[in-house]
Order: sequence, then C-alpha cells, then structure tokens
Amino acid sequence: MTELTHLKLIANTIRQDIVQMIAKAKSGHPGGSLSAVEMITALYFGGILKHDPQNTGWEDRDRFILSKGHAAPVLYAALAEAGYIEKKLLNSLRQLGSPLQGHPDKRKLSVLEASTGSLGQGISIGIGMALAAKMDRKPWQVFALIGDGESDEGQIWESAFFAGHHQLDNLNVILDFNGFQLDDSTKHILDLNPIKEKWLAAKWHVIEIDGHDMRAALYALNEAKVHRGSPSIIIAHTVKGKGISFMENNNKFHGSAPNEEELQQALAELQLQRTKLEKEN
Amino acid sequence: MATDFKIGKATRLAYGETLVELGKRNPNIIVLDADLSKSTMANRFQAAFPDRFFNIGIAEANMVSIAAGLAASGKIPFASSFATFLMSKGFDQMRQSVAYPGLNVKLCGSHSGISIGEDGPSQMGIEDVALACALPGFTVVVPADEIAMRQLLPQIAEHKGPVYIRTSRPKAAIIYDERTTITLGKAHIMRQGTDITIAAMGLMVAEALKAADLLQKEGVSARVVDFHTVKPIDQVMAEQCARETEAILVVEEHLLDGGLGSILARAVAKSFPVKMDFIGLEDYAESGTPDQLLDRYGLRARHIFLKANNLLGS
Repeated sequence: MTELTHLKLIANTIRQDIVQMIAKAKSGHPGGSLSAVEMITALYFGGILKHDPQNTGWEDRDRFILSKGHAAPVLYAALAEAGYIEKKLLNSLRQLGSPLQGHPDKRKLSVLEASTGSLGQGISIGIGMALAAKMDRKPWQVFALIGDGESDEGQIWESAFFAGHHQLDNLNVILDFNGFQLDDSTKHILDLNPIKEKWLAAKWHVIEIDGHDMRAALYALNEAKVHRGSPSIIIAHTVKGKGISFMENNNKFHGSAPNEEELQQALAELQLQRTKLEKEN
Repeated sequence: MATDFKIGKATRLAYGETLVELGKRNPNIIVLDADLSKSTMANRFQAAFPDRFFNIGIAEANMVSIAAGLAASGKIPFASSFATFLMSKGFDQMRQSVAYPGLNVKLCGSHSGISIGEDGPSQMGIEDVALACALPGFTVVVPADEIAMRQLLPQIAEHKGPVYIRTSRPKAAIIYDERTTITLGKAHIMRQGTDITIAAMGLMVAEALKAADLLQKEGVSARVVDFHTVKPIDQVMAEQCARETEAILVVEEHLLDGGLGSILARAVAKSFPVKMDFIGLEDYAESGTPDQLLDRYGLRARHIFLKANNLLGS
C-alpha cells in the first residue's frame, strides 16, 4: 500500500469516528471537523508532527493547538487513532464525567496542549510556546489550526502581526478555509479576501493548497516546517462537511448532529469511499 | 504621631525593581508588557534582562494568551499593563487561556483606582479586582507599599498558579517596617483595636491608619487590617475581627460591587455576622489631581473617621 493510500484510509477512519461520536452525543460540530480531516491526518500520521503517544510528556515534542475548539471531534479521533486515548472513549464525547469535553479542556484531557473554545486565542498561545522554544534553543515546533470564521477575531491579527514581526519560524498555522461560519458563509458575513495578501502583509510565509489533497497537505506541512526566517501559514481551501454528500456545504451541519438515518447514510458513503480506496491500491 | 508616614516609592516602581531581583535568581522569569512598560515599570526588567522581556505592542489579549503559552512551556511569565486595559481587554484570555487550564501566569495591573489623577476615568482601573476575583483559581494581591511589594512578589513568583497583582501610580506612604514578615494569603494587623475593624487594601491602608488616629482622639479603639490578599480572603482573620470588634468598615479604591468589601462581607456573613459598612467608588470619576480626587470621592481619613463613627453609633 502506498503511503498516500495509507493516509487516505486513516482520514476515512477519522471521518467515520467523527460522525459516529457526534451522532452518539446527539450534539457537536460535524461540518468544521470534517473539513479539517486531511490536514490533521497529514500532520499527525504523515511524519510532520514529532510526537510519541507512548511518552506524552516528552519535552521535545512538537505542539499542536486546535484553536477552533469546536472541531474537537477531529482532534479526539486523531488522538484515538494515534493511541493517546482508547477508541471506545470516543463514545463518551460530551457526556458527564468524560475527558472528551464539548471543546478541548486540558485539565480533563492532559495530552491536549491548550484549552480552547473561545475563538481567536490559539496562535497567541502558540507564540508563547514558540518563544519558549527559541529561548531554550529547543528544536521543537508549534502548529495551530484556525478557521476562516475564527479569523473575524481581532486577536488573530494581533498574533499574526506579532509572530511576523518577530520572525517566529518555529510557528506554523493551518487555516481551514471552509467558507462558512455559524450564521452564513464567511463571504457573506465578513469577507476575508484577499486572505493570502493579508498574511503576506503580516510578514508570513504563505502556502495555499486544496486542503483535501493529501499529497499537497504533506508537501505544504513539510515546507512550512522547514521554512526559516518567518512563521508559515497554510491556507487550506476546504469544503465544510467534506466526505458526506448531504453535509457538504450544508451549514445545517455546522453545529448539529446527524440523526440515526443520516448516520447510517454517512457511514455507507464513507464505506463506499473506503472500498474504492482499497481497490485502487 | 504614629501615622506621620514617610513617603516611599510607588508600588509600581517597587514591582519593576523587585522583578529585577527575582530575575537574577530565576532564569525562568519572563516579563511581558503591552507598550506601557515605562509606566508599569516593567522596563526595569527590560533594562536588566533584554532577552527575557517582550513588548507585545498595544495588544493585551495577545499578551495574556502568549503568557499562557510561555507558562505551558515551563516559564514564569509576568505580564503587565494598566489595570483597566489588562483586565478588560485580556479578560476572555485570562478566563480561557489561563484560569481554565490553571496555568502559572502572573498578571500585574498598574494605575489602579482614581489616584492616577489627570488622565481621567478611561485610564482608571476600578473594576479590576472584581474581574480578577471572578476567575476560579486566581490569587489576587494588592500590596500597600514598597515593603509589602518586596515581600509579596517573591512569594507570588514561588506560588504555582495564576496571580493578579494590583499596583498604584502615586508614591505610597511607607506603612510597614522592613523587619515585618508579610505572608501571602494572610491579612496583616497593622494596628490593634477593640471597638471597630477598618479593613483596607492598597493606598487605603495608610488612610485607614490615619483615621484610626483620629478615632483614638475620640476614645474609639480602631483596629486596622491590611487585606493585601483579596482572594483567597483570609477567612480566619475575617472571623477573628468580627468576633473581637463590634463592627467592620471596609475601605477600597475600587468599585463597591465585587471588590474587597463584598468579598469580606461574604466571609463575615458565613462565620460571625456583625455590622458592616463600606467605603469605595460607585461610578466613574473624573480628571483632577490625585489629592483632589481622593477628597472629592470620599477616600480620605476624615471620610473613614465619619463613617466609622456612624457605624458604631447606628
């Protein structure tokens, strides 16, 4: 099996986990979790993020911060796939007493690098970590994933200017540009374009890709990681609800769970995609 | 007179100078400021340790979350700005980036209260203690003079967990003796008394001591207590004062809602309820000299004296 097919199969598994855990919880945010699947898969399983599930406190690990905390299911699914948590724990999402809170909570799940959920703070937290690594002359890097809706927040731009000014090249951001926020399309609510130019103006190294192209994701993440002299951002153009026909670009699934019938249809579609991947191989 | 105090340094200057001393002992101490370091006095640390100082720019939200990232990586960040800008603009970040994961971040708000003077209400931190005390896990400290700052700041650096430190702009009367031991979390009896307790924080402790002198002349024995640690409040001292004096008068250069008075009232109510009254601010003030403002807004020894008499007579 090729490395790419292997990663695509992991992405498929993560998608299944996302819809299943949200359906079980009867609440959650499938749309913005599904749009980020390829980027998270490439990061965690494509050899980009230096990490060791057997040694979670490893000081020289790379750090990942999910700034758009409502996409917690994609992160939980990746952590389960990597072996940080047990797969069956995914069924406890959002339930009383579960470490898998509705939004990431570092106190409840210690392998998380930050608590998020109030938008806009992830890059800033990452800057603090990146500064610490620089001061200690440590090689580890920081990755943060933000959303396009999240980019309405002023703090995103405070952090963009600071990291660019200080040439924090051990900081890498993934912008999951899926085109929607809760109420409507980002173009309609607050158009961020030209987005690439904004980050260039903030003195960042900007890479623009199709965020569902696994090969492009790997190349872009690697390029961001080795780039020196400025922080890097990957503008990943994605589809909200990607991989499930009736969820794609359907903002009903920004923040609501599939019912049982919808879940079965989603799983059937994902299984078809899986079979196709296995045949291609 | 006992209250003929020598005027010392502003607590903000003592903050900056003490940070330098702490920086010499602990290489993990990092200082951040949001373009007010010449006023918060964090620039003292910058001069001594330029590699461990970051001027974040006028971006308090960014600063607080950056401090959280530093703390998550083992550093001990001290981030400062004016009290009102730090608390108001950095509050959501203190809530989510700092308090929620319980990170070891130290925050310092200078220019608290109305005694900043001419710059006016937009620059006056009068809600900061209420906001800081609302955050679970936070310790909130208001040193009254340079000696208190020099003693409390090293304890704050040693303490594991988020801390808010409140400083003042004007030079502060020296009310402590260098040899006194001041302990984080323990209110300090400045002057013994049996009729009434005057509880205060920050610059108001000196005013309370002056008021105690005035009361003494009338034959009233007033105890003065410095509640420098507003949160967690010294429950033992609160109960002791309630049991040993007839009434408690709280004085603070802060809004009455959510400040020292409301916190102390809760502590007293649940242990040994006694008569209480409160001196503080009820609205935004205005421009003027610090002295004019303290007179105009009722934060002088004579105001404390009058209220104490009324409280005992009621």
